[in-house]
Amino acid sequence: MIKDITIGQFFPGKSFIHKMDARAKFSLMFAFIIIIFVCKNLVSLGIVFGFALFMIILSKVAIKTILKSFKMIVFIIILTSALQIFYNSKGTVLFDWWKIKVTDIGMLTALFMAVRIITLILSSSLLTYTTSPTLLTDAIERLFSPLKILRINVSTLAMMMTIALRFIPILIDEVDRIMSAQKARGADLETGGLIKRAKALLPIFIPLFVNSFRRAFELAYAMECRCYKGGEGRTRMTAMKMHIRDFFAVFVIAGLLAGVIWVNRVFVALI
Amino acid sequence: MPVLETKNLTYQYGAGTPFCVTALDDVSVSIEKGELVGIIGHTGSGKSTLMQHFNALLKPDKGQVLLEGKDINENKQAGLEARFKVGLCFQYPEYQLFEATVYKDIAYGPANMKLDGKEVDARVRQAAEYVGIPPDMLEKSPFDLSGGEKRRAAIAGVMAMRPEILILDEPTAGLDPSGRSKIMELIVNYKKTTGNTVLLVSHSMDEIAAVSDRILVMKGGKIAMFDSVKHVFGRVSELISMGLFVPEITNIMLKLKERGVGVRTDIFTLEGAANELLHLLFLH
Repeated sequence: MIKDITIGQFFPGKSFIHKMDARAKFSLMFAFIIIIFVCKNLVSLGIVFGFALFMIILSKVAIKTILKSFKMIVFIIILTSALQIFYNSKGTVLFDWWKIKVTDIGMLTALFMAVRIITLILSSSLLTYTTSPTLLTDAIERLFSPLKILRINVSTLAMMMTIALRFIPILIDEVDRIMSAQKARGADLETGGLIKRAKALLPIFIPLFVNSFRRAFELAYAMECRCYKGGEGRTRMTAMKMHIRDFFAVFVIAGLLAGVIWVNRVFVALI
Repeated sequence: MPVLETKNLTYQYGAGTPFCVTALDDVSVSIEKGELVGIIGHTGSGKSTLMQHFNALLKPDKGQVLLEGKDINENKQAGLEARFKVGLCFQYPEYQLFEATVYKDIAYGPANMKLDGKEVDARVRQAAEYVGIPPDMLEKSPFDLSGGEKRRAAIAGVMAMRPEILILDEPTAGLDPSGRSKIMELIVNYKKTTGNTVLLVSHSMDEIAAVSDRILVMKGGKIAMFDSVKHVFGRVSELISMGLFVPEITNIMLKLKERGVGVRTDIFTLEGAANELLHLLFLH
């Protein structure tokens, strides 16, 4: 159950997307998200959605794992698009009952919203699926290093992020272990009302917090023992290098943006 | 009829992902009532996975787990019953303690069984006695106990459910010698007083040899051997090829024999070795 959460996980591979420079990938993924919001009608959004699917196929991440991560957010998608149906009164009325009016434009907007959220999640999770946590924080540290001028300690922030990311799978394992142990003592986590279920979580969260503090202290001592004094002036073992493929990707994304702007002008805007 | 049985049990972790691992591969094993089975195997050999199938925490991909002849994965009710009949104590069980007092923590399992207050109280006090926790310690916070005491309190939490089969996954890992011997002693006593079946996973060949009736050896998700202590530790070279070993004292006997002393090598305890050496002295 808890192992189904794949958002933020990394799946090693050797695809084009895996091999891209992490800085280029991070910036282009950010650009891609902006492109999603530039889309004004279903045609341009459809192109962007198709491109996101193409990237997924290119990355060779199993479709099954991606679908699994959607299980958790189906509710959000349905809720946002349902709201669009009821709050939109433009267009021809298809269905009218009491105060509820459903219009064709409302239906299309709902579809637009659903596709937009799905595309957002697909593209942003693709970044973590194909980039190892260390490379990702390394990229963030380098991309944000100009912030040093503002006296923001970027390297410490990057270290904190690395540790936080590294601990996610460890803590998921820990939750799994504690859940198994309490289930072995007859804990019932699946039945009962909201309050009963919330109470049933106490035997899991108390040990989890106690153990997290213990781990945090141990890690802090271990880092101090190895003379860690903050990240200032630390060098990296591997240098990051932009390749031809990264410049190629920049052109592809720029092309996509141009295409989307053109399609926006040609077809009628939905929102 | 065996009390616990598996038939062609197969289980994979992360099926369908690049991290897919076959943890159990066609495992068929049967355990008789009242015996103490020692389970050994290299890390990753599937011991812990097998243990979690015995109380329906993990559902097999293929095959069956039979508890007293009934399939525990047949329906939800059977699975819940298995939770209480098969008490599983995980590795480092002290990390699951959560209640305000030791008493309440031990009572967690029995309370989940929906027993009445008197029965819960009786079980908590008895389990505390089994593991050597004095009554005044029951009112302390479990987080104030020492490592060994925490471990024993956690074991009591499982024993208090009075499971017919008690499974302990490396109960002595990370404890000092006196903590280890205390735990081994309480396991033997528990088996003697209750007559219940006990499964013990351990990396210490000495502990396994000292208490087991039979030994189950696992390798790569399969059963490599399941035999008496004497027969298992007789296959020295096979054990070594699996990354396992024989008890220290058996190793000494083997070395003695290598150097031409006519001792028996099917000796697994200190007492046995002492007897054998005295016997040799008298012979000369």
